[in-house]
Amino acid sequence: MKYEYKKGPELYTPIMMRIISKRDLTPDVRFFQIVPKEEFKHLDLDYKPGQFMMLSLFGSGEAPFSISSSPTRKGIFEFAIRKTGKITNKIFELKDGDQLGLRGPFGNGFPIEKMLGKDIVIVAGGLGAAPLRSLLLYILDNRELFGRLIYLYGAKNPQEMLYRPDFFEMLESDQLELYLTVDKGNEGFEDKIEEGMVTHLFKYVNDIDPKNTIACVCGPPVMYKFVVNEILKYNLEKHNILVNLERRMKCGTGKCGHCIIDYRYTCIDGPVFTYWDVIHMRELI
Amino acid sequence: MRVLKLSKKDENKLYDVLIKFGEVWAPVPKGSRYVFDKIEKKEDLIMYNEFIRTILPIKKFLMPQELNILNFKPSKYEKPKVDIPTRVIVGVPPCEIHALNILDKFYTTDFVDNYYMERREKVIIIGKSSLPDEYLFSHKTNTSIVEEGYDLFFIDLGDYYLVWVGSEKGDDIVRLGSDIFSEDVPVDVAKDFVAYREKRRKAFTKDIDLEGVTDLMELMYDADFWDEFGEKCLSCGQCTMVCPTCTCFNVIDEIELNKDEGHRRRYWDSCMFKDYSLVAGQHNFRESRAERLKLWYTHKLKAFIGHFGSPSCVGCGRCIITCPVDINVETVVEKLKG
Repeated sequence: MKYEYKKGPELYTPIMMRIISKRDLTPDVRFFQIVPKEEFKHLDLDYKPGQFMMLSLFGSGEAPFSISSSPTRKGIFEFAIRKTGKITNKIFELKDGDQLGLRGPFGNGFPIEKMLGKDIVIVAGGLGAAPLRSLLLYILDNRELFGRLIYLYGAKNPQEMLYRPDFFEMLESDQLELYLTVDKGNEGFEDKIEEGMVTHLFKYVNDIDPKNTIACVCGPPVMYKFVVNEILKYNLEKHNILVNLERRMKCGTGKCGHCIIDYRYTCIDGPVFTYWDVIHMRELI
Repeated sequence: MRVLKLSKKDENKLYDVLIKFGEVWAPVPKGSRYVFDKIEKKEDLIMYNEFIRTILPIKKFLMPQELNILNFKPSKYEKPKVDIPTRVIVGVPPCEIHALNILDKFYTTDFVDNYYMERREKVIIIGKSSLPDEYLFSHKTNTSIVEEGYDLFFIDLGDYYLVWVGSEKGDDIVRLGSDIFSEDVPVDVAKDFVAYREKRRKAFTKDIDLEGVTDLMELMYDADFWDEFGEKCLSCGQCTMVCPTCTCFNVIDEIELNKDEGHRRRYWDSCMFKDYSLVAGQHNFRESRAERLKLWYTHKLKAFIGHFGSPSCVGCGRCIITCPVDINVETVVEKLKG
């Protein structure tokens, strides 16, 4: 028989974590820092920017969340979670010290090896800043391994902007070219935040070397088409434009089926896809 | 490959051999249909001559409709220890063995699903060739003849069965049953075999032309018939439940009444259900029934090729006889071909 019954690791059993701190990033997005309940588990849990974890909450179930922390800052896992459904409502009730289950990491993450030495353009919309923070911190912590770093971030209004104080601080930094915008209502922040869609920030993106640049995009579904069109104007190759997608997921291992787009599973073939991967997929957005 | 003979006069002794390897399961009548059921008495084990299409395919043995995958307490998740019985499944048609080969690939590619593997290794497949009925179209999906994936495979040649040995387990069975499985297979058996193959080949009547459907799925993606089918579709999900290669599952946590413990369970899910692609924030990637139908047929007729090199329809005909509003591979391909 051609077939061997080889079992793999137990992929579906979460390990226990505990919350060590939390704070509100926006009225409905909360930032959680969690660590393994048993400290030695740190060692097993390496990950890449752009990967996600499945978080389990007793009695409520399990859902996928992008990792917001960087593997360069080991030991603590950070998530920016929007209160938007059954599980996240319950997660918002958690206090410091409370436990939750975690399994993963899952997904491909950003292709860091391919990005080394390249100029990086990151475009974030709304909650897209959560997974992209992992990449941003990774690059900042390994700054000499990358070329230029351009970061464009658009949110609905200043209150909806994730990590706003951090970004304001980074505006002063010479480590990156950062531009912020909100759809409307930048009153009081005119010197730091523009008004208009995120595409409007591309006027600041100049002198791009298309052969040496990789763009990373994450935001609400409607954003991709417009942002990718802007990036294409710089003559970037389609496989150098990376998009980070979101889908319903129940397993993380390409088995439950929910995250399928055409023949690709968002959980194993993604969540980071090249634009060339998904260009012909009709259900992309 | 080893081929042996089982005389029909010894057929009634087969059960006594198989039961030594595990529970014996085979098709039994249920209403006007058949189901795979546990055989408790040797006279209930019937090798049907005609094609038997059980209501549910054999995937029910490998990933049950409901499966407890974890027990949990507020501070611990634990995989339950279960004793999975060995099951000898008798009378599995070639198209279903092809489906099993697809499931094997699916559950071991990228990540190995242990829940599947733990059940897969406890299943012994006794395949059986038979003449097709008017709904079977496995000759059109290249799944009418099987070369691997079974432990034993039976072909009825009148007074006797030819028995192919396809695995070590299969070999164990014929060794233990050496008094009924004969190694005396003279060369003139080949004539009967060729005649049977020819008779069977000619007996296929269902004509579904799958040539080029992969490209047609692409070209006809925006065709009006999808919306017409979407109007009719009841979103009942029966097509996916009876399909031997549909594998989607949902995962639900359930709390015991004492509120201190619970279970995480997998249930069969269907991409026909409205909330299949619903994400937090109420964004639904496939809101309309037409979109969900397109997903299923894209997956069956096109997408699977991208992953595994062949489509995942094995031509069993279950969707044709199951869908209450006649949306099935036959009617969809008809529309695709215009």
